[in-house]
Amino acid sequence: MPNSTRRAADPDPAPDTVRLRGVGFGYADRPDVLRDINLSLTQGSFHFLTGPSGAGKSSLLRLMTLAERPQTGRISLFGREVADLPRGGVPAFRRRMGVVFQDFRLLDHLTAFENAALPLILAGGRTADHAADVAEMLRWVGLGQRMDALPPALSGGEKQRLAIARAVITRPRLILADEPTGSVDRAMGEKLMRLFQSLNRLGATVLIASHDEALAERVGATVLRLENGRLRQMEAAGEAA
Amino acid sequence: MIRALLSRGPGLLSREAGGERWLIVVIAVLCFLASIAAVGALAADRAAHGWARQLRAEATVQVRPRVDETGPTAAARAAETLAGVAGVAEAEAMDRKAAEALLRPWVGEAALPDLPLPYLVTVRLDPKNPASAPTLSRALAEAGLDATVDDHSLWRGEVERSAGVITALAGAAFLLIATATAAAIAYATRAGMATQASVIETLSLNGASDGYVAGLFQRRFGGLAAAAGAMGAGAAALLLALLRLIGGEGGLTSALPLAFSDLLILIACPLLAFGVALLAARFTALAKLGAHS
Repeated sequence: MPNSTRRAADPDPAPDTVRLRGVGFGYADRPDVLRDINLSLTQGSFHFLTGPSGAGKSSLLRLMTLAERPQTGRISLFGREVADLPRGGVPAFRRRMGVVFQDFRLLDHLTAFENAALPLILAGGRTADHAADVAEMLRWVGLGQRMDALPPALSGGEKQRLAIARAVITRPRLILADEPTGSVDRAMGEKLMRLFQSLNRLGATVLIASHDEALAERVGATVLRLENGRLRQMEAAGEAA
Repeated sequence: MIRALLSRGPGLLSREAGGERWLIVVIAVLCFLASIAAVGALAADRAAHGWARQLRAEATVQVRPRVDETGPTAAARAAETLAGVAGVAEAEAMDRKAAEALLRPWVGEAALPDLPLPYLVTVRLDPKNPASAPTLSRALAEAGLDATVDDHSLWRGEVERSAGVITALAGAAFLLIATATAAAIAYATRAGMATQASVIETLSLNGASDGYVAGLFQRRFGGLAAAAGAMGAGAAALLLALLRLIGGEGGLTSALPLAFSDLLILIACPLLAFGVALLAARFTALAKLGAHS
């Protein structure tokens, strides 16, 4: 079942940022986590990926981050088949993405500031060159007073905001966020959504995995629903703001 | 000091990477042993060359007197003949007392008076242009003397072979120690990567290449190995300097004549440890990252 989310009114559609064709994936103890997934995310689109816990949302995001490879089907990112991608080419693709992990994946031995600056450092930049940007981003997500704190000293919500700050600090072309508002209050959740929407307006493709369908409705983004390993429906709840 | 070492290094890796405390100790001990082996080889080589040089500068002549001539007379005549040969600095007939003094430790006092002793001439050769054994034999024959010249070439060859064997053994020990160091670092790299698997995955998912991740381990273990190597070499230098001071100019024993200049070779130890660690950590990290692709 194809799930094209290309905007119908777009006269000259941009190439798909993400395209999955007949993708199947599973683990040894769960062989059919994802089955025959067909999905296209056009450049500059904004989507929610919803579904109950265990539906395969995180696995789908892991495929898109190239942390896993599909057992069947094909995936292309930024117009390139990932099956043809040599291992050495993966980092360049990942630098074009910003990923918010459900478990945050912060480095506990680095300060909040260093964690947020990590993608810049890995891209070859010096922290000093981007210090102002990193500090501004941390202030924006409400961590201005916690820049020197180590992640173990942060609350769940603070960790989540830090993970988001790290994901978007490079203004990536593709943002993949796994339950990015699960640990913050509603006001902060909506503020973070506005951040994603702002980046989307600047051209980033955004896919947010969340079990909170009400949030998706409030944001008004296109909703993809994953159930029992299949993308069963696509609801056009509205255009991304 | 170990704690200080662990708190340094590339910050993207956790400061508590697995197994680094023992790694520092192991590398320091290995470098200590390598340093002792290297300086020992230098000293042994110097001793062997010294002995060979000494043997090369001397010859011993055994004179068999004619029927109409006594032994001491023949020996004296041989000494006089040899003293005139080019390349001989000094020739001296060994009297019976001197010969008995040499033999006393071996045969005891009681047997000496009845023991028939050879008539010997000790010859000190010109070190710059020593006369050869055939030259000495020819001179003695021309003087009508029946004599055998021993230029110590047999012993000299043995000593020089021994020096070669000692040097080769020291080299082999050095290679073994370097291999052990590389193995320890490879093991530590694997352990460190296992301990920091989540850190590595986070770095990779944020765009770090395999080379970048390998570089982090390279720098970390390279730095540790260099510091541990310096500790081991420093300890060895202290011990050797102490031995040299106790032993005086001749070194602790004549078999191992130490020189303060020998300690300069120890500078190479931390550098070698650093190089071995860089290679071992890089190859191990890349192999492990590649295996997980």
